[in-house]
Amino acid sequence: MSEREKILGRIRDALVVKAPFPGNHGHDSRGGSSVVPPSSRAGEWLPRVDDSPDGQLAAFATNCVDLKADFFLLNSADEVKAQLQKLAAADGWKKIATHSGVLTDSIVPSLNLTTLRADAGYDVHEMESCDAGITECDALIAQTGSVLVTNRSCGGRALSVLPPHHVVLARRDQLLRDLPAAFQLLKRKYAGNYPSMISFVTGPSRTGDIERILVLGAHGPKRLTIFVF
Amino acid sequence: MTVSLFIPCFVDLLYPKVGISIVQILERLGHKIDFAEELNCCGQPAFNSGYWDEARELAAPVVKRLKNAEAVVIASGSCGAMLKVFYPQLFAGTELETDAKKLSSKCFEFSDFLVTKLGVTDLGAKFPAKVTFHDGCHGLRELGIKRSPRALLEKVQGLQLVEMKEEICCGFGGTFAAKFPMISTAMGDVKCAQAAETGADYIISNDSSCLMHIQGLLEKQGKKLKTIHLAEVLTSR
Amino acid sequence: MTAPVQQFKRQAEVLTHDLRHREIIQTALGKYAVVRDKNRGAFQDYQSARQAAAETKWEAINHLDKHLEQLVSKLEARGTKVHWASTGDQAREIIQKILREKKARSIIKSKAMTSEEIHLNHALEEEGFEVVESDLGEFIVQLKKETPYHIVFPAMHLTRGEIRDLFNKELAANATDNPEELTMVARRVMRQKYITADIGFTGANFAIAETGMISITENEGNARLTAALPKTMITLVGIEKVLPRLEDLALFLPMLATSGTGQPLTCYNTMYSGPRQPGEPDGPEEWHVVLLDNRRSELLADPEQRDALHCIRCGACLNVCPIFRNVGGHTYGTTYSGPIGSVITPHLRGLDEWKHLSYSSSLCGACTETCPVKIDLAHHLLQNRRNSVQKKSSPAWKLGFELMNFVFKRPGFYEFVAPLGRAAQKLHPMIAGKAFDPAFPWTKTRSAPKIAKQTFKEWWRERG
Repeated sequence: MSEREKILGRIRDALVVKAPFPGNHGHDSRGGSSVVPPSSRAGEWLPRVDDSPDGQLAAFATNCVDLKADFFLLNSADEVKAQLQKLAAADGWKKIATHSGVLTDSIVPSLNLTTLRADAGYDVHEMESCDAGITECDALIAQTGSVLVTNRSCGGRALSVLPPHHVVLARRDQLLRDLPAAFQLLKRKYAGNYPSMISFVTGPSRTGDIERILVLGAHGPKRLTIFVF
Repeated sequence: MTVSLFIPCFVDLLYPKVGISIVQILERLGHKIDFAEELNCCGQPAFNSGYWDEARELAAPVVKRLKNAEAVVIASGSCGAMLKVFYPQLFAGTELETDAKKLSSKCFEFSDFLVTKLGVTDLGAKFPAKVTFHDGCHGLRELGIKRSPRALLEKVQGLQLVEMKEEICCGFGGTFAAKFPMISTAMGDVKCAQAAETGADYIISNDSSCLMHIQGLLEKQGKKLKTIHLAEVLTSR
Repeated sequence: MTAPVQQFKRQAEVLTHDLRHREIIQTALGKYAVVRDKNRGAFQDYQSARQAAAETKWEAINHLDKHLEQLVSKLEARGTKVHWASTGDQAREIIQKILREKKARSIIKSKAMTSEEIHLNHALEEEGFEVVESDLGEFIVQLKKETPYHIVFPAMHLTRGEIRDLFNKELAANATDNPEELTMVARRVMRQKYITADIGFTGANFAIAETGMISITENEGNARLTAALPKTMITLVGIEKVLPRLEDLALFLPMLATSGTGQPLTCYNTMYSGPRQPGEPDGPEEWHVVLLDNRRSELLADPEQRDALHCIRCGACLNVCPIFRNVGGHTYGTTYSGPIGSVITPHLRGLDEWKHLSYSSSLCGACTETCPVKIDLAHHLLQNRRNSVQKKSSPAWKLGFELMNFVFKRPGFYEFVAPLGRAAQKLHPMIAGKAFDPAFPWTKTRSAPKIAKQTFKEWWRERG
């Protein structure tokens, strides 16, 4: 018998006796799998998010402040280009990494910098030496200030985490209300063929491992800048 | 109402004033006391130590004696939790299971009985002092009693309540205090330090067992802070 | 007494008197408690969320066979190699075999308590592999040749000064005690390791049955890099990590974060569903997922305590536990410390040797109250005590309780307790607090309570 069969056999033997249902002091009120998943109402319990798009943008902005991410709400691609150029100049970027996409293709070339295309296959040392990784995203989440990225839509697994500065380009209509909405989006967009990596990025990399004191840029990016237009 | 009173051994032997105060308060409110004089212990020490057979030996007479009571008042949150929460577990699958559940529904810790069952908060007490309140863990977490003792203290004239920064165990824990005295003592020190931080003169609690431990530490260390049971505060004039 | 209990008592004796340790832990956990309370408070209905989390894990665990089969078939469908290990030995052998086949020399690891559980690093280092922990806290304790102090905060017992000394000694870092500077030292060391390591090793926070995904929660980005750069990835997963559906994460990611570190959501929450797929620019060519039983199925067979498998390893019960806070994580001598460790270690490593952890509790219930998946922790400690007595009782304690019963059940005898006690107390001050005092465990640090001049019963009888 394989270990698989042995383990599954032990599990099935163990499950012959039912366990008390949680919070019910031993009275099992239900049989098998539930029809309505218990977590399906998570949206009603998680932190409140405003119904209006403006309110959600405001919530996202507030969360970015708390997370120490830089958030720019702009009106056009040209404004994004201008801001991005300012940032590149201020930080003295020499080399950047990005991927092909509708937003990145229209905005990143305006920087006129040496550009590594992650989605074309890349040398890891070269990406490591880039000053910034510029990506699109699948969604922004108002409730948590998160950026949802996947390796398929955002230039692979490393681009959003290896360079010291992660820059995100997004449209206003990509802002979602909350985490349940983000998972609905993932299912709608990818069910049956998920990207092999999906990541919720919530602020720049951080650690509190030394005396619970916050330090940014533990291993991932020290900075996260989000441009929305 | 006839109130059946359960006085655990340590209240009987060490802190009789707590029991006397409870009797005085309930009688003043017009209730008749039915004191279960032949009961001495709820069986918690054996139960908590894993000796459930021995615990049942002490618990069975408690169930039989009190199951038909109108209401049972227990002079300690910890013993209260034993009767109310743990008896149904202890007697699960035995012939006393039904009676244990019946008893459970009628059990009240003393302060909670006054506030939630009788709806009384003002007992005309006077206790001019700065105090802090220690929630016995069994009363707080097994019985969910947090508001009742405070509702009673709010009405005590001259009393100023300052809360400690945490709801944290004092470290008594029954046989734990003797089995792991170093941990129990460290926990007690943390508790006493938090109480001292409030600037209070007294630590009040609704559980004499916690107070026995806290008072023991304070006395040994020669601290000024004193302990007193809630029932005694409520009979102060 | 067996060795673990002696070790526990000895270290507890030291740590409970170490006021510096007490201060470090209280300060760190004080900071945690502030953000935890703020972010739990931000929930519209935290208690309902908690109940739903408990029910979801109940569903996952009580249909574990179905969920594991679903998880594995989904993972395999995308080219992931799944291995099953009944024991820690088997898991280590599986991992070592992969390393040999890949002719690997260096392994970069992100935080995985399961690997601590099977003592993986030790086994790999014995065989000559270079193993580097990439999580900062884990890196620190690895350098210090210690085990993690806490399942979420591995180095919380160390001050920045101690970490500076460690880095300066082991890494010739020449750093000050500035936490940012120290973090950057680790960052620099690790950067090259990600790039040159042959193997990326991770743990798992959740395994999604529905979609065949492993979800990893972290703050530093070290797991993201570990799962991005090395050519081969290995993930060790306890079989209890399953969740039924992808959208369950909408609840569990914030629940884990608020309970674990106090944050609303940790920095990176990443779901992996395979090795690098066709058309994807990077990622490991091979991904091995090792499913670990290691006596979890035995715990599963105890319906009374089965909910201990709901645990999401957030560490919240450790953080509120006054025992943990006073004796510290290392005193337990276990991989999983604090209340959850005291509950499950007897199941994972034997009741006889580890029952003392269940007795070393005041049963205050703070653990049960804080657990985000409602594990009945404090009551499980009681059940472990009962089970250990049923297996083998202590003659002395049994006799003690029998004597107590004898007296308490007979009013005629009980009447003598007070007068006898009063007489004994007259003599007691001569020995109180001395080592030969039978009440020494109490009187060493506490004054003894006095038997009253008139007991309650004497008063009751007197008033008639």
